[in-house]
Amino acid sequence: MAKECMIPIGPFHPLLEEPEFFKFYVEGEKVVDADLRVGWNHRGIEKLAESKTYEQDVFLVERICGICSTSHPFAFVQAAEDVSGIEVPERAKYIRTIIGELERIHSHLLWMGLAGHFIGYNTVFMWAWKYREPVLDLFEIISGNRNHYAMFKVGGVRRDIREEDIPGLLKAIADVEKFCSMLVKAVMDDPVIQARTKGIGILKKQDAVDYCVVGPTARPSGVAIDVRKDHPYAAYDKVPWDMIVMEEGDVFAKVAVRLLENIESVKIIRGCLKKMPKGPIDAEVREIGVGEGIGIHEAPRGEVFHYVRSNGSNYPERHKIRAPSYMNVPSFKKTVIGESIADAALITASIDPCYCCTERMAVVDPASDKIIVSSEELIRLSQEKTEEIRARFRK
Amino acid sequence: MSIVEQIKDRFKDKVEIFEKSKKRVYVTAATKEIGKELVRYLFKETGARMSIASGVDTRPGIEILYHMAFDRHNLIVSVKVLAEKPECKMPSFTDFMPAAEWIEREIHELLGVKFIGHPRLETLLLPDDWPEGVFPLRKKTFESYQENVQREYK
Amino acid sequence: MVNLFKWGLKKSPWVFHLGASACNNCDIEILDALTPKFDVERFGIVLVGSPRHADVLLVSGFVNRQSIERFKRVYEATPSPKIVVAVGVCACSADMFRDSYNFVRPVDEIIPVDVYVPGCPPKPEAIIAGVVKALEKIK
Repeated sequence: MAKECMIPIGPFHPLLEEPEFFKFYVEGEKVVDADLRVGWNHRGIEKLAESKTYEQDVFLVERICGICSTSHPFAFVQAAEDVSGIEVPERAKYIRTIIGELERIHSHLLWMGLAGHFIGYNTVFMWAWKYREPVLDLFEIISGNRNHYAMFKVGGVRRDIREEDIPGLLKAIADVEKFCSMLVKAVMDDPVIQARTKGIGILKKQDAVDYCVVGPTARPSGVAIDVRKDHPYAAYDKVPWDMIVMEEGDVFAKVAVRLLENIESVKIIRGCLKKMPKGPIDAEVREIGVGEGIGIHEAPRGEVFHYVRSNGSNYPERHKIRAPSYMNVPSFKKTVIGESIADAALITASIDPCYCCTERMAVVDPASDKIIVSSEELIRLSQEKTEEIRARFRK
Repeated sequence: MSIVEQIKDRFKDKVEIFEKSKKRVYVTAATKEIGKELVRYLFKETGARMSIASGVDTRPGIEILYHMAFDRHNLIVSVKVLAEKPECKMPSFTDFMPAAEWIEREIHELLGVKFIGHPRLETLLLPDDWPEGVFPLRKKTFESYQENVQREYK
Repeated sequence: MVNLFKWGLKKSPWVFHLGASACNNCDIEILDALTPKFDVERFGIVLVGSPRHADVLLVSGFVNRQSIERFKRVYEATPSPKIVVAVGVCACSADMFRDSYNFVRPVDEIIPVDVYVPGCPPKPEAIIAGVVKALEKIK
């Protein structure tokens, strides 16, 4: 007899009283089916974008998501520039790359904190978020704000990085690298984390291809795609770095890919800070012509896709926004069926659903509204399983 | 053979190809069935990945573009198919491409296109109490639904 | 008896975060306040998981059509005396989302708001200052 239990997504406490996120059907301890409903976070941004100018849209799309705040403007300005082939000055390309990579580090550290919380390592949560703060301070030095940096505009960037700041930035990046390396060793060599996450929630390569998943949901399953390598843009082809790909497709591989990507991001930032040429930062665009443009960017969660159709006026005729979680989240069904409830929270977190980008997940309640296992219960189950594994290792 | 040449070779004059640049190609299919066959060919036989589909409201009908990304070739091919008004019907692509499930639901509820053969064509993003027949992303009805749809909450 | 409640409230406010269609930036800044750099737990401010245990409601985001009923229900489930702090510009006035077809009304037309903390997002220091200001209102 299947009973239902519901689980929330994300690091935050259930926002509204009834959890309205994913819904799992369980038989005994195993998940046999999964369902989800979205729509609680729908703000009508695509329609709003048609009534605002291109310049205003850059600020609007920034607020699609707070975590991957720069990814949407990054893709959008490239889409607008693609319409009539506007060339961006070299220095602006390097600055864009630096901001994009700093954001990747901050987002992966945030995710690491929440994964740590789900596994039951609250120290990892506190550390990851504590060491996120220097990255946010770097943002504040460069752009003036910890989040929503407003650095992008069509044709370039809005603020420059001063030459006298660069030595300080290089030193700060070296400190971030030290912590990221330490985190890699601490997490990947830990036998309890390995036992807890290896072999869980495997996404097979063929499923990854069929569902067209992107980013750190695809790369741990052996699908070697990364917009920065495949469709080079900004300064990503001018500095050396490696794409991290793994074959197993389980939660451990997803954790490992993200941790190792942090190190690559530091390499990119360092390379850009050293190689950045002097020059203008803005192409001073006066108009977007008639036509269509596509802009893509590798956000921390995968490929962000923006499509713009312009009729020559100041307002886009159509602005299509597709966040990476839109493609990643449906594949969740394939990874969670057959696993136990204690792992369900962890597997869901490992897709790193940015639900404000996608849509907050909600639950369609069928006959009864009863909650059989609450959200705290599920996280507690996950943490308890880790305790059992830890106890086994102590013996 | 490059991707564009392969398409020309296979579909000949049933498609119209506009090469905007080396990275961006727009292919207009003559009919919906040719569009579906072309997307199936690109997805299954040439190894493209569907980035997303976007719908645009135009005078003759709803234009749906399927954006297929070729990661090995630094190329995006956008296949344009027209769902003529007033019926706005399209065959669903979910039989060979599970990734299309959500986006077809979204285009259905925001633009009013009926996808024939879709397993679950129900609301994805809009609230449960959204009025029937009002499609937010359609151009003409924006003003009319502002009157119909704003309701008083006490 | 009322004074006892008020004293308890001021000494250790329990905070519940109520988000409605937010972009989550304000939510992250609220959680940031818990982390070692700001560490509000040493002041006795605790983030709780249920509105029934809360004294202070931190609201972020604007309310869209889908979530308005539940939003009101959570407010009613929180026991009095309660304080509502609107965190971020979206909660204060809905900002750039006013023209959206999914927007209903600003938060302060749905539930009474005691303190507004504008910013996009407001820094954790500002949020803490907002909560402290709210507590002073009880005096």
